[in-house]
Amino acid sequence: MSSLISLLQAAIYFGTVIMLGSLGEILTEKSGNLNLGVPGIMYLGAIASLTGSFFYERAVEHPNPVVCVLIAILCAFLASALGGLIYSFLTITLRANQNVTGLALTIFGSGVGNFFGGSLNKLAGGVGQISVSSTSAAFRANIPALAGLGVVGDVLFSYGFLVYLAIAAAIVLQWVLHHTRVGLNLRAVGENPATADAAGIHVTKYKYLATCIGSGIVGLGGLYYVMDYTKGTWANDGAIEGLGWLAVALVIFTTWKPIQTVPGAYLFGILYWMNYYIPGLTRYSQEIFKMLPYVITIVVLIFTSLRKKKENQPPANLGLAYFREER
Amino acid sequence: MTSQNHSKQREPLIRMVKRDHLPAKKAWLIRIIGLLLALVVCAVLIFSITKLNPLKVYTTMFGGAFGSTRRSWQTIREAMMLLCVSLGLAPAFMMRFWNIGAEGQILVGGVATAGCMIYLGDKLPSILLFAVMLIGSIAAGALWGFLPAFFKARFGTNETLFTLMMNYIAIQLTSYFVAVWEKPYGSNSVGIINSDTNAGWFKPLFGQQYGWNVVIVLVLTFAMYFYLKFSKQGYEIQVVGESENTARYAGINVKHVIIRTMLISGAICGLSGFLAVAGSGHTISVSTAGGRGFTAIIVAWLSKFNSFVMILFAFLLAFLERGASEIASKFNLNDYASEMIEGIILFFVLGSEFFINYKLIFRTKEHAQNETLKEEAHS
Amino acid sequence: MILTQTAETKASAIQMRGITKTFGEVIANNSINLDIRYGEVLSLLGENGSGKTTLMNMLSGIYFPDAGEILVNGEPVIIRSPKDAFDLKIGMIHQHFKLVDVFTAAENITLGSQQKGRYDKKEVARRVREICSKYGFEVNPEQKVYTMTVSQKQTLEIVKVLYGGADILILDEPTAVLTLQETEKLFSVIRNMRADGKAIVIITHKLNEVLAVSDRVSILRHGEYIDTVNTKDATEASLTEMMVGKKIALNITRDDIPNKEKRLSVKHLSVMSPEGVKVLDDINFDLYSGEILGVAGISGCGQKELLESIAGLQKTEAGASILYYDASDAAEKQLIGTNPKQIRNLGIHLSFVPEDRLGMGLIGSMGMTGNMMLKNYADGKSLFLDRKQPKDLAEKIREELEVVTPGIQTPVRRLSGGNVQKVLVGREIAASPAVLLTAYAVRGLDINTSYTIYNLLNEQKKSGVAVVYVGEDLDVLLELCDRILVLCGGAVSGIVDGRTATKEQVGALMIKR
Repeated sequence: MSSLISLLQAAIYFGTVIMLGSLGEILTEKSGNLNLGVPGIMYLGAIASLTGSFFYERAVEHPNPVVCVLIAILCAFLASALGGLIYSFLTITLRANQNVTGLALTIFGSGVGNFFGGSLNKLAGGVGQISVSSTSAAFRANIPALAGLGVVGDVLFSYGFLVYLAIAAAIVLQWVLHHTRVGLNLRAVGENPATADAAGIHVTKYKYLATCIGSGIVGLGGLYYVMDYTKGTWANDGAIEGLGWLAVALVIFTTWKPIQTVPGAYLFGILYWMNYYIPGLTRYSQEIFKMLPYVITIVVLIFTSLRKKKENQPPANLGLAYFREER
Repeated sequence: MTSQNHSKQREPLIRMVKRDHLPAKKAWLIRIIGLLLALVVCAVLIFSITKLNPLKVYTTMFGGAFGSTRRSWQTIREAMMLLCVSLGLAPAFMMRFWNIGAEGQILVGGVATAGCMIYLGDKLPSILLFAVMLIGSIAAGALWGFLPAFFKARFGTNETLFTLMMNYIAIQLTSYFVAVWEKPYGSNSVGIINSDTNAGWFKPLFGQQYGWNVVIVLVLTFAMYFYLKFSKQGYEIQVVGESENTARYAGINVKHVIIRTMLISGAICGLSGFLAVAGSGHTISVSTAGGRGFTAIIVAWLSKFNSFVMILFAFLLAFLERGASEIASKFNLNDYASEMIEGIILFFVLGSEFFINYKLIFRTKEHAQNETLKEEAHS
Repeated sequence: MILTQTAETKASAIQMRGITKTFGEVIANNSINLDIRYGEVLSLLGENGSGKTTLMNMLSGIYFPDAGEILVNGEPVIIRSPKDAFDLKIGMIHQHFKLVDVFTAAENITLGSQQKGRYDKKEVARRVREICSKYGFEVNPEQKVYTMTVSQKQTLEIVKVLYGGADILILDEPTAVLTLQETEKLFSVIRNMRADGKAIVIITHKLNEVLAVSDRVSILRHGEYIDTVNTKDATEASLTEMMVGKKIALNITRDDIPNKEKRLSVKHLSVMSPEGVKVLDDINFDLYSGEILGVAGISGCGQKELLESIAGLQKTEAGASILYYDASDAAEKQLIGTNPKQIRNLGIHLSFVPEDRLGMGLIGSMGMTGNMMLKNYADGKSLFLDRKQPKDLAEKIREELEVVTPGIQTPVRRLSGGNVQKVLVGREIAASPAVLLTAYAVRGLDINTSYTIYNLLNEQKKSGVAVVYVGEDLDVLLELCDRILVLCGGAVSGIVDGRTATKEQVGALMIKR
């Protein structure tokens, strides 16, 4: 029982990182931009929040938890949105190839993340030494009264607020995409920009905004990773990159539906951690288990292409640039 | 009424128009300007972070990449690896098949090579061992290329996302084998394979440790150039990439071409894994591919699939990496500075393509004056 | 400014003055003037490629003019984007529908509309029904677009524009894809809208429609403005003259070739579209050597599928048979179930000039040389391409057909439409075909190039080739072809003798039910 609880908890921690990543990417892809820079943007969000908090906590003797949280979120969001802006400018305005630009952004982001992460470690005196304990604690704070409710408390209420915020974000994004004018217009941009354009929708504006805000959300995934998952430390181990690609996988797995990222992300989390809880597994068969999220994603990808159900397909114009006077 | 507002509006300040054609010389000039701009931006960045003289930093980078024979050879080895992967990607991209899966294809090629070295290193004579390693790596890479190609050809499954996922399956597979082959126990690594016998290691050629890498990759460079440009299969790849309808019209079996091309693409990427394991690292780990699968995509794309132009870009990126690790140790920074600089340079080179394909038309004075006159007439 | 429109005032809606637009070296519109008025239907008449759509796209904000000015309701305006057009209450129904497939009708209708606030599905549905009953449309707000017929999509487009509050409606070739009944229905809707005071422009090249529905006609020819006349003063003849220039007798030679042999025999040919609609319905006909068989019909009546079935590019329904009779040994060869490569391997010389020149017949990014070998690149055992022969052929075609190109290595995409077609036709003829299929071979070409093509086809016929000519200009069909097969809704509605048939006769067959 206790191992089942800790598996669920691990899955939820893990799932929250990729849930935020995939929500941001869904928003981006709905505008027709296939941003393969997700891992890079996560790095940007992670390092920006860490750097911001680090210097705040160094400067103040008694860091205020609320200020800690605000600084971290603001830094993460702005830095990631800036990454999204670079991507947008290159692909939307300058019409560079989306795949190539996204990969360049991943290279850039992981460079920036690890460069500054390494430098911060050095400043702090070694790997794992960065002390943003106040900020990390603020992000991990839960409501003791609820968290103490035995099993229910452990499974449902033992997490920091970002876990719940991510779920809320999924619901809000689902609602915005399918029940508001803005969402309708955005989906039209991703499906058929010429149509959206002819309907008077500012295609470029929508693409820019969706990509930048989406990137900001992706960056919060990075923030959650450093502040909660690794408890305010940094290691140049490439873990964020792996999570970033998993977030891209989750987008496919959910067939571009935000609300489905909630069960999807936790399922990925369970699949990823399950191997530790199955007795009798050797260390190497554990590695095989970690393959499961990717294998399942491929299976989903094949099935959606097989069934050809229109509602489950990627946005029709995904990956393509739009130029009005094309003929 | 709305038209009132519109009469105040002018012709847009800048409009963009597709260019008919830009001479190759000018196109390269634009690219070089982009590159120089990138170096300036990097210089500003370097200075603002480290307060070091950027010129000195660049000189140090150059020294790091080409300062001694040994360093030059390391840069060459790195460039050859990158070039080899790019060569593998070229046919797929020319067919407009987004093979983002080179990273995985390299890894499985490397795993196959390492497996042969470990299990057969002391059982087979050298020549035969190399043959098995080579075939194994090619077959593994080809399999990794085949799967997404098959589903793309058959059901139109999105290949970008499929190949992307295949990377991580390959990474987990590699982790699995690293755990199986772990040596010494508990190190979580395979260590140097056959460090005692050197079985399955490339022998020095012309006295150079990486001689074989260079020869193999250069042969491949010429072969790929001629394959894409002069062979019938290369022609088919071009036609399929341009328009599937035209391909059908010409009687080309599109599915067949997609699968065949991806077998080749995967095979060459698998071969790069062979080079990485047998020709330089003599070990296997999840970082054997080291992001080259992704960097090579950019190399192949920027070179417009021309093998010889790829040599240039491969060297540029290898130079950046080697140079940056030099400044890292010399100025007490860390290696990842290279990725940052690489990213910035890529942004600029990618952006410069726009000015090759489009031109900007600024609102002319004359036009603007007309507008003002019109406004006056109506106010 | 509030406009009160009655039939008498006919207030000016749009004035275009000296509008010029060029694409590269092509002048699509040269200093065009146009008046559009409320409560009136204006036909914009011209042949394909005369610049009608380009001109209207500058009103809808798709293109931006190089020169000239536009006045809406008497005020000079700058239309920089569709949104600007929208704000000016200009709505265009494009020939290629601008609809999002996975959306419902209601979602498409509300798309981008300027009303703020909550997106209320019920309110949208209510207003849609209101518009429908006002003008006589039928739209189900909940239906997804990808399940709709062409006619339903068009209706949706019009409702969408009206919902957005447009007062000026532009319809681009609205009847091209409609059946006769659907066309009638559309016209009655157009009349309702006119009565409601809307300004309406119909882009068309069909004279009967101009006369049936419009009040005034403006004529464009090769990007030039010709004239505007009142419909009641116009006749088909006078309009034709303005549209095509001086009525020139086509003077296409038509020899009667003796000793015709049966070359193809098509029996029970049916084809289903991917959407499950029958696009070809039990087609039967024979094709002979030394003749040009014309194929007439409203566009989209199965012409494309017919040619592609013969060329081995189309999946056909069971029971179909296309037999080829070889001239040398009179052997019968079945073409059903083959692909283009197998047809060549059967020793059949079949050439095909498809409608989509750069998207199917040629590779736009390659030069003439690269395109010459498209069909026979695989000949011979060598792994490598033989570039010598195609290069020589390219030189020859360039010289003989006077292809204007900077060089035979210049990507054909950069050539003008006429030169692209010369390259394509030249290659297909160079293959010395026994059967030559052509689809809209002169579409968008100038008169001179068109004649070059007619002459080439005639020469082929004289040398004993069986030629199929799918065309849209009835005058040309009647002057060029020995026999004319008329398609209507995917079925053969008649095969007539090109020498004796009249335009009226063929026209009637085209819309026979």
